[in-house]
Amino acid sequence: MNTIAKWFHGLYDTTGINLSFIYDSYDRGRFLAGIQLTLELALICIVISIAIGVIGAWLQGSRFRITNALVRAYIALFRNTPPIVQLFFFFFVVGHFFTFHTASGVFRLSNLSWAIISLSFYYGSFNIENFRASIEAVPEATIQAAEALGYRKYQIYFYIVLPLAVRFTLPSLANNLASLVKSTSLAYVIAVPEVLYVSSEIWSEQLNVTEMMFVILFFYVFLVGLLVYAMHRLEAYLRIPGYSEGA
Amino acid sequence: MKLDVAHKVVGSTSSKSQAWMATLFMMSLGFALLVPLHAALAAPAERGWLDILAQWAPLIFKGFCLNVAMSLVAVVLGTLAGGALGIGQCAQTVWVKRISWLVTEFFRNSPTLVLLFFCMYLLPFQVQIGPFEVPFPAWAKAILGLSLSKTAYVSEIVRGAFASIPSTQWEAAETLAFSRWQTIRMIILPQCLKRMLPPWMNAYAIMIMATPLASVLGVNEGLTFTRAAITAVGRPDMLTPFYLYLLALFFIYAYPISAWTIRLERRYAVRS
Repeated sequence: MNTIAKWFHGLYDTTGINLSFIYDSYDRGRFLAGIQLTLELALICIVISIAIGVIGAWLQGSRFRITNALVRAYIALFRNTPPIVQLFFFFFVVGHFFTFHTASGVFRLSNLSWAIISLSFYYGSFNIENFRASIEAVPEATIQAAEALGYRKYQIYFYIVLPLAVRFTLPSLANNLASLVKSTSLAYVIAVPEVLYVSSEIWSEQLNVTEMMFVILFFYVFLVGLLVYAMHRLEAYLRIPGYSEGA
Repeated sequence: MKLDVAHKVVGSTSSKSQAWMATLFMMSLGFALLVPLHAALAAPAERGWLDILAQWAPLIFKGFCLNVAMSLVAVVLGTLAGGALGIGQCAQTVWVKRISWLVTEFFRNSPTLVLLFFCMYLLPFQVQIGPFEVPFPAWAKAILGLSLSKTAYVSEIVRGAFASIPSTQWEAAETLAFSRWQTIRMIILPQCLKRMLPPWMNAYAIMIMATPLASVLGVNEGLTFTRAAITAVGRPDMLTPFYLYLLALFFIYAYPISAWTIRLERRYAVRS
């Protein structure tokens, strides 16, 4: 570690390329913490937004008109307004009303919590559409065949519809999750110390804007590339040999 | 398969939920119109939330117009660059193909906010063209940053649409002695345009949603003015109306576009 640090310090002295987050232990610590927070933020948002997608798709398929209408309104509102304004709205407006004065002090949610809530709701609205479309894309004939074989309703759902729908949904889910991971950088605007925010701290102290800009850009390209690759692998792993969806 | 899914999505849109959505749209339109109307009618003595909002609404609306203008310029730039990259991705020359793919993937995987930062910090604030010093303001950098992410979207849309055209058409054109470029221009592109329109409009909708990010660069657009107004008024109860007003403006602009996109998707959907 020491030799690497020394080499990068030497690089700075000779060329002026200042990668302080490698040789400076303080910068390194907070940069790694920023990366960790970005990964946590992304992971939590992925889980919650998928959960919202599943619940929303289920509500839309239910018999009650009112839930269907509510879910549609939620999708329309969240998809047609800018995520950054939503984030501000959650953080400043909802956060303002969500402050409670208790005996032990003031209770309010952290910046990170609001970022998680806001991003999850935004991308959850996209997931609902995806999941519902995939469930409806399961061919009628397949379901009828299952009925003819004596499957019960819940059995059809769990053994026939869901396994196929999961496979149909993967390509668009991969796109959506890639957008989500990119959007975690939005948390910067409400001062969540994720990797972009930490980098901005580093570049304002070390005055190495150019270097940090490239580092941060390549970090995201790598991270999103990794996610897309993983989703491709999952798709290939789940592929049913000889099954063509179009047929 | 994807087209099939899209078809199913719109296929289940009942007229009842359309009526519901229209109500929602009219409500936000009403809210946005109420504000200037109130400014014209109300007595100036009382200072309710509507009065304060009405006072600041024109400024926020002016900022929102810049959002729309930035998105329109960026969409033109992004479409031109993305179209070129997309065609490059389908080129026969290997290195053109590789480079186009690499550039597309790079911009596709980078967050718009980071691209905006990149443009803001690493581009000069003025450029020397011959004897003239042309200023390069923040809003122009924002447009550039926005069009970079749009470029990647368009490039992928073009590649996808090209791939959806049966390869026999390329071969048929070749036997008829069309050159590669003629084939693209006269046979492939005209068929693709229809298929590309809905996803292109989706990409535009995503981009108009990204324009308020420019407030981070200090561009005087809708979100910047909204926050300035909130600071100037300094009343916590004004937070809700101000933000709702801005959200309503975006919703009024974006909802018809997305509704129209869904209609086009339904019309062009490949029936299976």
